[in-house]
Amino acid sequence: MTSALAVRKVLLRRNLTFLGGLLVIGALTAGSSVLTDFSFRDCLRSFPKAMQWLAANFIPNARAVRALPNIAMKLAETILVSVMASVLGAAAALALAILASRTTRPHATVTLLVRLIASVCRNIPVVAWAMIFLLSFGQNVLTGLLALFIGTVGYLTRAYTEVIEETADSSVEALRASGASWLQIVTQAVFPSIMPQIASWMLYMVETNIRDATLVGILTGTGIGFLFDVFYKSMNYPSAALVVIGVVIVVIAIETASNALRRVIL
Amino acid sequence: MDATRRLPVRRRTASTIALNATLLILAGVTVAGFFLLDTRHLDVGKASLKLFHDLGGMMTRPSAQHFSLSEALKAILVTLSLGFLTTLLGAILALIVGPFAAKNLSPRGVVNALKGFVAFIRAVPTVLWVLIFAIGAGLGSVAAVVGMTFHSFAYLVKAYSEAFEEIDAGVIEALKACGAGWLTIVVRAVIPSSMGSVISWTFMRFEINFTNAVAMGAAAGAGGIGFDLFMASGFYFNIGEVGYITWLILLVAIALEIGATRLKQTRHVAI
Repeated sequence: MTSALAVRKVLLRRNLTFLGGLLVIGALTAGSSVLTDFSFRDCLRSFPKAMQWLAANFIPNARAVRALPNIAMKLAETILVSVMASVLGAAAALALAILASRTTRPHATVTLLVRLIASVCRNIPVVAWAMIFLLSFGQNVLTGLLALFIGTVGYLTRAYTEVIEETADSSVEALRASGASWLQIVTQAVFPSIMPQIASWMLYMVETNIRDATLVGILTGTGIGFLFDVFYKSMNYPSAALVVIGVVIVVIAIETASNALRRVIL
Repeated sequence: MDATRRLPVRRRTASTIALNATLLILAGVTVAGFFLLDTRHLDVGKASLKLFHDLGGMMTRPSAQHFSLSEALKAILVTLSLGFLTTLLGAILALIVGPFAAKNLSPRGVVNALKGFVAFIRAVPTVLWVLIFAIGAGLGSVAAVVGMTFHSFAYLVKAYSEAFEEIDAGVIEALKACGAGWLTIVVRAVIPSSMGSVISWTFMRFEINFTNAVAMGAAAGAGGIGFDLFMASGFYFNIGEVGYITWLILLVAIALEIGATRLKQTRHVAI
């Protein structure tokens, strides 16, 4: 009898929480829709129309194929920028992570400082970095490279700090016990044990940076993003479609390659 | 025993070879990049000096000429709203599709087809989805939300289905033995018991969607604080205003990150 009552009480409380959650979400949805002038009805109505339009007009044609060499060159530039930002960002993040991780830090205050730097790098969106660098570096390929680099440093410093704390602990302790110096510990114990993870994260960053580079390119007038923007604004949609197909092929190829590498490395 | 034989310190295995090759290639591409990138029209030294000057001014003297604080806060709210609507739509759709993409709940053919579809959606950058959709729907909040929902949906389907796959196989088997149907198992057992991960992944996506909404405001005319940022930098060349907006975005982003980390930690404790 009493247990049945208790069960009913628990169920009631659960239903009330659920109902409360729904109400909050409903209120937030209504508020957001008003603020942004958004309507689900427009959304439902325009979706099939947009898809139909895409299927009919967003198809590469002969004119688009003539633009292929240009598209391939801009794609190569974007890949180059993404790889550079990932590698340089990873190197900087590795140095920062060694200064910040509990196992290898020289002093506790350094951790705090590095965390602050990484947090600022990561939490200012890459787009905002690009807009900041635009004022000094102008519409140049270095603007995007720099923005992606800063974002990579912010993201990977946090990831690498966790990797060092999780994987290098026991070997560091063993070396410390045998009287190794800080430099010996870092180069002989930390590096060998974390390298596979470091490389794996770097590959992940290359994938992410290619997508972000497209976005940044639209703003800084460089790379494949810029080319898409040119086709888009001149309503040359078949060529824009070919750009999208190119980006998809590159991203999926890089993803497949890095998954295969990861299986061997880790 | 041969006392002079040395201990093999480093062994060459397939994995170390692959690792070294990967690092070597990436480093080689990076070095080559310095020679290949076209930076002829730029005086890097002068630009760097101006950058340090800009960064200092941004941090210490943020100012706003083209909008008031309340207008800036409203723009932040618009951006947050875009992020919220996107996350909500993506989460609802992903919750419906997620069970079909989980190995323990659906046949392998369906799972593989869905995972491939989702990988394709994720391969197209968000901004391209928004711009493509805007041709049909016109620039504005509908195009921005629908375009951003593509990625949210794809990301959450992957996250949810992996969370569903972690569920104890015994639970599903027991329910099946009691004669429970597929829908009952999903709605009554699978979703409730992975609610913790579902909520934490969804909030993480909200954090990402806020950043995306800023980006879409700047690059795809979605309005909000991103558009103000774009005007301040690309149009007025006003570093004080860029600083002002960047500070606001930074504060919101840090608050969201703290929230997401908290949720993730409570989830680990709960399990």
